[in-house]
Amino acid sequence: MTARKKFGSASLTTATWVIAILFVFPLLWMVLTSFKQEADAYTDPPRVVFSPTLSQFAGIIERGFLPYLANSTFVTVISTLIVLVLGVPAAFALSLAPVPKTSNVLGFFLSTKMLPVVAAIIPLYVIAQKTQLLDNVWALVILYTAMNLPLAIWMMRSFFLEVPTEMMEAGRVDGARLPTLLSKVILPVVAPGIAATALICVIFSWTEFFYAVNLTAARAGTVPVFLVGFITSEGLYWAQLAAAALLASLPVMIVGWVAQNHLVRGLSMGAVK
Amino acid sequence: MTAVAPPSLRAGRHTTTKTAPRSSTTAWARRAPLLPALIFTIVVTQIPFLVTVFYSFQSWNLVRPGSQHFVGLQNYIDVFADSQFRTAMLNTVVLTVVCVLVALLLGLGLAVLLDRKFTGRGVVRTLLITPFLILPAAGALLWKTTMFDPTYGLLNFVFGGNTDWLSEFPLGSVMAQVVWQWTPFMMLLLLAGLQSQPKDVLEAASVDGAGRWRTFVSITLPHLSRYLQLATLLGAIYIVNSFDAIFLMTQGGPGTASTNLPYYIYQRAFQGFDIGQSSAMGVVVVILTLIVATFALRLMFRTFDVSGRK
Amino acid sequence: MTKERARFRRTLRTQLTLLTAALLTLTGCAGAGELGAGGRTLVIAIVSNPQMNDAIALSNQFEQANPGVKLKFVSLPENEARAKITASTATQGGEFDAVMISNYETPQWAANGWLENLEPYIAATPGYDENDFIPSIRSSLSYQGSMYAVPFYGESSFLAYRKDLFQQAGLTMPAHPTWQQIAAFAAKLDDKSAGVAGICLRGDPGWGESLAPFDTVVNTFGGRWFDQNWNAQLTSPQFRAAAQFYVNLVRQYGEVGASSAGFSECGTQYAQGQAAMWYDSTVMAGTNEDPSSSKIVGKSGYVAAPVEQTPSSGWLYTWSLAIPKVAKDKQDAWKFLAWMTDKQFVQTVAKADGWNAVPPGCRLSTYQIPEYQQAAKAYAQVTLDSIDAAQDSKVRTQPVPYTGIQFVGIPEFQDLGTRVSEELSAAIAGQITVDQALDQSQQYAQTVGDSYRETTK
Repeated sequence: MTARKKFGSASLTTATWVIAILFVFPLLWMVLTSFKQEADAYTDPPRVVFSPTLSQFAGIIERGFLPYLANSTFVTVISTLIVLVLGVPAAFALSLAPVPKTSNVLGFFLSTKMLPVVAAIIPLYVIAQKTQLLDNVWALVILYTAMNLPLAIWMMRSFFLEVPTEMMEAGRVDGARLPTLLSKVILPVVAPGIAATALICVIFSWTEFFYAVNLTAARAGTVPVFLVGFITSEGLYWAQLAAAALLASLPVMIVGWVAQNHLVRGLSMGAVK
Repeated sequence: MTAVAPPSLRAGRHTTTKTAPRSSTTAWARRAPLLPALIFTIVVTQIPFLVTVFYSFQSWNLVRPGSQHFVGLQNYIDVFADSQFRTAMLNTVVLTVVCVLVALLLGLGLAVLLDRKFTGRGVVRTLLITPFLILPAAGALLWKTTMFDPTYGLLNFVFGGNTDWLSEFPLGSVMAQVVWQWTPFMMLLLLAGLQSQPKDVLEAASVDGAGRWRTFVSITLPHLSRYLQLATLLGAIYIVNSFDAIFLMTQGGPGTASTNLPYYIYQRAFQGFDIGQSSAMGVVVVILTLIVATFALRLMFRTFDVSGRK
Repeated sequence: MTKERARFRRTLRTQLTLLTAALLTLTGCAGAGELGAGGRTLVIAIVSNPQMNDAIALSNQFEQANPGVKLKFVSLPENEARAKITASTATQGGEFDAVMISNYETPQWAANGWLENLEPYIAATPGYDENDFIPSIRSSLSYQGSMYAVPFYGESSFLAYRKDLFQQAGLTMPAHPTWQQIAAFAAKLDDKSAGVAGICLRGDPGWGESLAPFDTVVNTFGGRWFDQNWNAQLTSPQFRAAAQFYVNLVRQYGEVGASSAGFSECGTQYAQGQAAMWYDSTVMAGTNEDPSSSKIVGKSGYVAAPVEQTPSSGWLYTWSLAIPKVAKDKQDAWKFLAWMTDKQFVQTVAKADGWNAVPPGCRLSTYQIPEYQQAAKAYAQVTLDSIDAAQDSKVRTQPVPYTGIQFVGIPEFQDLGTRVSEELSAAIAGQITVDQALDQSQQYAQTVGDSYRETTK
């Protein structure tokens, strides 16, 4: 019996690995392409064996990747922090200690995401012009916060609603006041959820392109704007773009990896009961 | 063992034992944590929206100076008379419904696969999130060149033939790319939901002799229903606004076969530079989305109330 | 449990402190590029084509020669750059000290008063020699006799063909081929089993994409977009004939995936040896003859754009630099413009990247440099001749009320052209017939024409 269980478990693991690799295969191909010369990048049949080169990466770093990286990091981290600071209390107020007309408020937050960015971008551009916020990282911080807040509130609300009533009751019966209740009872349960929310906000802020390209110029450009500069309409650019896309995604991947460790940690910390 | 009753989405929490008298101060004290987020959102989103509405009542071509003048509801009439707008609307609906459903199912499958300990779980999880991490523009170009290209693409390499995917199946190709991009998002949400299941309930079920499938259907799925709804709602809002895939892969073509509303608005705003028209379209999209979302939310409340209570 | 939790808290605190410290440092970096002590920064909006990228890489030479002036580039692909530059210039945003625009925008924006007249600056710069610019290029960037933008590089269109494949098939390419001859060659050389298309032609939607080659075919078949009274002519017999020809040629002997193929896709196919001919921009020579991106270096011959009823038919396009009227630092901006477009720059690029990388198609003097003639032997003369011949009188048979060879020089054309190219793309994909595409396009064009007829009455 145990052997069969082990076999079943092993084959499931293998299946998971195979599915994962198949799913991200285009990305693995992109990584491969980033080490090629343009002539090898796009061949029929696709070429797996070739002489690798780091010239694409060198070219990208030479083009001045770092200021864009700094801007992106700044905007992403600050806006995600603000989202958490504003969003966690709001989610709390919409779940565990509900305000009247909760569903209306939730609906309002959701409705702010219904206007397509493309339709609002010229009005935003004009507003940014008038308020001197053009080409300023703070404009992006503000916009990204507003962009992610509804998502964060909706998500974290779900996690808050996970906190079992009995735990809250037990805490209250034990005489705990709100702050203790928060930190000892609620937070451990919702911590993985908050981590997941923060990760998604980071991803959305990092990869946001439309606001960034239209509202920034030389100073506040972010990584997506830099990346797109490798697309050219009168040349061949596939290997270069693959290398740039890889470099651009690397920071977020590292953050994701680190964040997941905390997710697991947080889970074992907040042992329920 | 008391079964944990999933609380209603609408009602929130009421502690029945200790009810403080609902005075207005308590009500405002409850509102206080919400206010910063609410005020911030109102200021940052409604001001641009009002400006957009203002522009929608004008006829204004950005590159014809001096052309800005008030025309009332003319832009809105033009929008509804435009047959291409209707095509774009239809494409948007098809795209959204199909992509959300497929991504949800795939995300659920992947989340279930990941909800167990195995070697390299962290690596696999990171791998599976990566399509969501790369810039949507890069992802779109990647699929256009690596997968769909008739001569060099992997799809034709694997399946043989010379199919020009982007021109024969424009909407389908775009859908494949969008699903690929958004499945990790669904997976993340559903995985968080799976991992927040109280372990005692699961243990109790296995002690009671329930098989894996039974446990999944009777305990996990109902618990997940909140997350499924959340994933559907959020995914839909984002996928409705899909832009990069169409912009970079098919440019809405051939003809208008793969034009969706955001892309159509983009064309009016950034190629036609017709700010009045594009603003009017934006407002129309908001109104339509609101109507659909209200119906969807009502539907969700109803089904949830039916299935959720134990 | 408590000890572990305490340790967790401590690590969390340390990490947060580190994070805060990193952020504070970043706050300093994030304001990077703002005016340093006593320095001036020029912000230049530029299109991310290879020649521009080469110039950016050399920009530190400009900074060395002009101490106190720093350059910051905003480099975007053509569509995004155009949208951003237009939005900024039209709303007088003032983010840019110099912008890269083409001969499409220049006359219109000069008429709107959005651009700085560059004649005084040119006159004040000895040795700049604006007469060295190829005449067709120079007049396309002028308004009422004055230049409002200076060209960085220019292009026309011509035909590249594989000399080896022609030899194998026993075919000879005439010096001035006609489209009928080209169609016949394509039929003979098309080899689907070997994966070689007879000819590569753009088919993807976009007013600057498939419409560029297509419009030159329309012109040389005797068609036009509007007559002198702004009546749309898309269903005229000549226009129809041109459209039938183009669509059929692509469908029968064109590349796979034509309806979404632009310059880059065609370029890749041709460079990988999967097409026998390619009709496109003269800048294609740069990628065709570059060993790091092409497998067919040295195998191509280049010949003038095919014609039917006109002596020539190549298009005319130039990426050029202009100074918005609201720019703050016009003198320094002009210094940059002059640096990037004068005779010395050609030498600078040649030294750094080789003669094949110099900006082609704008200065006559470039074509007289022996080293350039040698390095670009296969295509230099044809390029120069094509650009020189790209004049209204030579590429068209009928008069038109607009400027522009492969485009119609009105603001509405970006939208109109894209819509028409979408119809064309659908016809190439076989989803609609050419007649259906033209009928729908005629409607679009008619609406635009009507608005012009009213204003010019």
